[in-house]
Amino acid sequence: MIIKLRNPTREVTVDGPRAAGRILEDLGLAREAHLVIRNGTLVPGDAVLDDADTVEIRPVISGG
Amino acid sequence: MNYSKCRVCKEPAIIDLPRHNANFCGEHFIQLCRRQVEKAIKDHRMLDPKDRILVAVSGGKDSLAVWDLLIELGYQADGLYIGLGIGDYSPTSEGYAQRFADQRGLKLITVDLRQDFGYDIPTASRATGRVPCSACGLSKRHLFDSVAMENGYEVVVTGHNLDDEAAVLFGNTLRWDIDYLARQLPVLPATPGFPKKVKPLVRLTERETAAWCVVRGIDYLLDECPMALGNRHLAHKNTLNEVERQSPGAKALFYLNFVEKMAPLLASHGQEMVDGLGTCDSCGRPTTGTTCAFCRVVATSSAHEPVPVELVLSKKARAAYLSDRQET
Ligand code: SF4
Ligand SMILES: [Zn+2]
Ligand SMILES: [Zn+2]
Repeated sequence: MIIKLRNPTREVTVDGPRAAGRILEDLGLAREAHLVIRNGTLVPGDAVLDDADTVEIRPVISGG
Repeated sequence: MNYSKCRVCKEPAIIDLPRHNANFCGEHFIQLCRRQVEKAIKDHRMLDPKDRILVAVSGGKDSLAVWDLLIELGYQADGLYIGLGIGDYSPTSEGYAQRFADQRGLKLITVDLRQDFGYDIPTASRATGRVPCSACGLSKRHLFDSVAMENGYEVVVTGHNLDDEAAVLFGNTLRWDIDYLARQLPVLPATPGFPKKVKPLVRLTERETAAWCVVRGIDYLLDECPMALGNRHLAHKNTLNEVERQSPGAKALFYLNFVEKMAPLLASHGQEMVDGLGTCDSCGRPTTGTTCAFCRVVATSSAHEPVPVELVLSKKARAAYLSDRQET
């Protein structure tokens, strides 16, 4: 599946099926600092994402 | 397919919250957030239903979430957006704030530093030799106060969340900065010439405020202010999130126990500043000198030729700012 990331804006490809929490770990992203959004809906860490899913990993930490 | 279930209704969960050791569906996550905010408001006597409230709105997740929550809870709250003149970031963020207000029929007051005062933050930084966030913080504080007082708002609300407060507390504690610690409270009472200031989101983490926006369908600005990149505040947040990963709930205990147990011991410290205030000879707001710090920034910065944002960014921030601009 293709995963959209931000700050900086980029895309990475990850093989499914794989749990959302596992993907965060594999990418070295802290769970407390990100939301995983599948096809426009939030999913918890144990949701298994498939190759057909559109996935966004959204950082939530702001420095302002 | 989802495996985890909502703690309340056993339907599929949309979010896991390790600090509550539970998962929630959309509906019950919203309920949890609402209750946390109601508790913060009640415990700290933040707001009265009769108050006229001014929400400081940036177009980011926290300020839009707090505005949405207050309206949901039945308060009367208008917004204040301040145009800081920071490259593309400012007009973009204003668009998010304005659309949010328009879609809900809410009133948004807009102040623009360049149009109304003849300067912007990059220029103020260069002209006064302050770091951008210092010129920015000073300008925003002055305008929150003056716009509130001039328009009859008793309370200014900001969207500071648990992560913001814990990170500032961490920084102040590392330096044992007693004066700042004494003032780091979720409520600052009104004093002559100043509105009450409250932070209703102090019981929600920023992951939760962002999730609130996603679940509620609030379109907020995802990009960061280019000045924020790599600042110390972010470093403290990352440090605390590492602690949180190892012991879920640590951030909330660190901050909320400070407020409950430590802040009362420091209470006598914050008071001195209130006495001995005169009046600014330029704007008439309270000040300790003859001309207030804001009016001095305005005088120096508006006389300076405009400085583009790229010129006041650190090397690393500039590279990130320019590369992200190319992509969008
Ligand atoms: S990061 Fe600094 S310059 Fe940008 S909005 Fe926040 S305080 Fe202002
Ligand atoms: Zn539920
Ligand atoms: Zn003044």
